[in-house]
Amino acid sequence: MTGTGVGPELIRLTGVDAGYDHQVVLHDVNVHVHEDQFTGIVGPSGSGKTTLLRLLLGIVKPMSGSIDQRPNLRTAYVPQLETVNWDFPITVVECVLMSGSSAQGRRFSTPWASAREKSAAMLVLERLGIAQFADRQIRQLSGGQQQRMFLARALYRQPQLLLLDEPTSGVDVSTRHDVLHLLADLHEDGVAIVLTTHDLNGMAAHLPHLICVNHRVIADGTPQDVIRPEVLEQTYGARMEVLEHLGMRVVVDDHREQPSRVEA
Amino acid sequence: MEAILEPLGYSFFLKGLLVAGLSGALLGFIGVFIVLRGMSYIGHGLSHSIFGGFAAVQLFAAQFYILGAGLWGIASALAINSVSKRSRLGADAAIGVITTASFALGVALFARFGSSGPSFENALFGSILGISTEQIVGLAVVSLLAVGFVFLRYRALLFSTFDPEVADVSGVRVGRIEAQLMIVLSLSILATLTVIGVTLVAAMLVIPAVVARMLTDSFGRMLAWSTAVGIFSGLVGMYVSYYAEVPSGTMIVLVGAAIFLIVFAFAGSSRRRKSAGLDSHVEPVPAATVVR
Repeated sequence: MTGTGVGPELIRLTGVDAGYDHQVVLHDVNVHVHEDQFTGIVGPSGSGKTTLLRLLLGIVKPMSGSIDQRPNLRTAYVPQLETVNWDFPITVVECVLMSGSSAQGRRFSTPWASAREKSAAMLVLERLGIAQFADRQIRQLSGGQQQRMFLARALYRQPQLLLLDEPTSGVDVSTRHDVLHLLADLHEDGVAIVLTTHDLNGMAAHLPHLICVNHRVIADGTPQDVIRPEVLEQTYGARMEVLEHLGMRVVVDDHREQPSRVEA
Repeated sequence: MEAILEPLGYSFFLKGLLVAGLSGALLGFIGVFIVLRGMSYIGHGLSHSIFGGFAAVQLFAAQFYILGAGLWGIASALAINSVSKRSRLGADAAIGVITTASFALGVALFARFGSSGPSFENALFGSILGISTEQIVGLAVVSLLAVGFVFLRYRALLFSTFDPEVADVSGVRVGRIEAQLMIVLSLSILATLTVIGVTLVAAMLVIPAVVARMLTDSFGRMLAWSTAVGIFSGLVGMYVSYYAEVPSGTMIVLVGAAIFLIVFAFAGSSRRRKSAGLDSHVEPVPAATVVR
């Protein structure tokens, strides 16, 4: 899988400081996102992972430095499942459709979706394997299906760049596996993907490119470059052992006095 | 049947019935967005705030008190929106400060200078007496404005109500939509104050929407049900008010509350009660597989 970012540039962050209420959370960030990128942002809680994602989304403005974005870049965002009210009275297909008219830049639209819009939404739901739930109220889906619905809403916008906040948080192992494969397929189709994750072994180790963050960018590269005891110690402030298994890096807690290190 | 037809012989009652039905429809319709945004308290706050403007403006320009109170209400709504977004105060605290201060000002001005418009009691609890044709036209215009606004901005309103952050990223101007909704809400409260009353308007924003939420899982049907419950409460409340000789606002709200109790008891499954925000509930804890 490619995805380390060598294609044309979509977003460039240069010397960015960012935070909230005058408190700097991220310092001197230099990050480029390219057309063929598939990147995971990892780091401990409160390290600025989500802030970096929100900088890329334009929700957080930089305190200093600059952000350059390709004009008319179509971005879609998949938030964490916990951020919305699942008791909201809408169906799965209504949720997917709601992002449509704004994506097309129309000022006004009719309340009802056209047959063409409905058919496009159903195609996306079919691709994600949840077309049979189209008319269900959103609370009636499992966690994995809710995550797929959010993905469907994002894909309905036909994005060039897809940003996801902890897409495997709160889902079971099987769903995590499915989400990872789905994202890999989307990446193959030409969608650039950037996501945050806590899950080093289940998610991050499978991605082609990682950014380690702890209030600044600690490291940036392939899992082979980044998943190393010294980088993880800098990122998480704790010693971890890294094992090799079938060419994959596996991170385990290191409770011994001296950390065991992978040979570079 | 005679009990229904007899009051219709009085023109003041006919006007009252028309205004009560329209008021119920308008507040029920707009109330869906207010309830689903978790802003039920704002209707309560805004009506009190408008009362302050109502009392203050008539001191200086009695003939324009409706316009002045409207502008006062819109300014309050935008101030609440702004204070709650730009500071660490939540919306509830911002509403508590801005609108209660405005209400206190209104009470003080009423007590000191009296009123050249509606009486203090009528302003608080609503009255069907003395409804002018201008007020009916004003209410009809605001109702049309509200329907037009929702029709033309339906998807943006729905998206920003359901998931404001993703709506913002997806190109919806969430701040602008919220400001427009606040303006429509202020005008709706102002236009219905005469019949419902300052202290009871908030109930008519909330009750029909909550009842509608218990009856359906569809947003479109919730809008229709909430409007219907608002109309029914307005019309039946007016009759009860006429025969019981009590302020119209109180009876309209009590009819709405009775509908709520019936639906809650018979139609509201535990899931829908939860959906309407009537049960305290804890979000499921994610079964995350975090590897450190």
